[in-house]
Amino acid sequence: MQALVCQPADAPALFSAEGMVGIVFLLTVALVVAGAAIAVSARRLVRAVSGLAICFTGLAGVYYFLLSPFLAMMQMLIYVGAVSILIAFGIMMATPEEQQTADRKQRGLLAGPLAFSVAALIFAALTVLGLKTEWQVFPRQGSFDIKAVGLSLLTSHGFVFELISIVLLLAIIGALVLAQRGRN
Amino acid sequence: MQLLNLYNCLSTYLVIGALLFAFGVYGMVARRTVIGMLISSEFILAAASTNFMAFNRFLAPDPAIGQIFTLFIMAIAAAEAAIAISIMIAVYRNYKSIETDDLVDLQG
Repeated sequence: MQALVCQPADAPALFSAEGMVGIVFLLTVALVVAGAAIAVSARRLVRAVSGLAICFTGLAGVYYFLLSPFLAMMQMLIYVGAVSILIAFGIMMATPEEQQTADRKQRGLLAGPLAFSVAALIFAALTVLGLKTEWQVFPRQGSFDIKAVGLSLLTSHGFVFELISIVLLLAIIGALVLAQRGRN
Repeated sequence: MQLLNLYNCLSTYLVIGALLFAFGVYGMVARRTVIGMLISSEFILAAASTNFMAFNRFLAPDPAIGQIFTLFIMAIAAAEAAIAISIMIAVYRNYKSIETDDLVDLQG
């Protein structure tokens, strides 16, 4: 276990400010795991979307702990505020309520345990890989603040910034065309 | 109390990312509706963003790069969700269903 990268490495006392921060972090991780478990295991799709929103709220907290309040805010805006609501609209428009529970019983025998074992294997492999690798820490040059992010977006990453706006524009037009085709 | 210092360790975030990825893969295989698979794919993208943010916080020399990359992943995920939902609505108009078992016209 010499590969653990902890900055700072010493543990705080339970009844200190840092200890309280640690407890809040554990609650945040519990939110992420609970939301993800609800989202992949709930029978009804509406509950799955609620689990998605819960998980992404927790993930915004995780981003906050990773020293990026800006991305925590964007996570709440884009994922919780836009993507989850969009999927909820999709469920309302494209799923008859009675059909959801109709043929739930003939669930494939192999799909459940097989999918679970594959996912467990992937989780174990990735965890071992993350814990055993000797990560190399580079000396810090930049800063975490939003000013540095904005400057990089408009200078060194300007081309990608323009590219992503074209992708979003094409996605809007494509979604309109796809959803309008076949309407009566 | 090493448990309270978990938020300062890189491994914690890598395990969270691996867990999200595993949930996503499980949902992709086990879900039987197209919307369920879309929800699971969001988890896979979130796992990638979590790993980028973790390496950005602990290892990278310039911490702005990882945040920008995660921002781009969010934009791609939003575009992907919009396109996928509109395809689903088009499919639902033709088939009156979004269960993957019903969409087997190309199956021999």
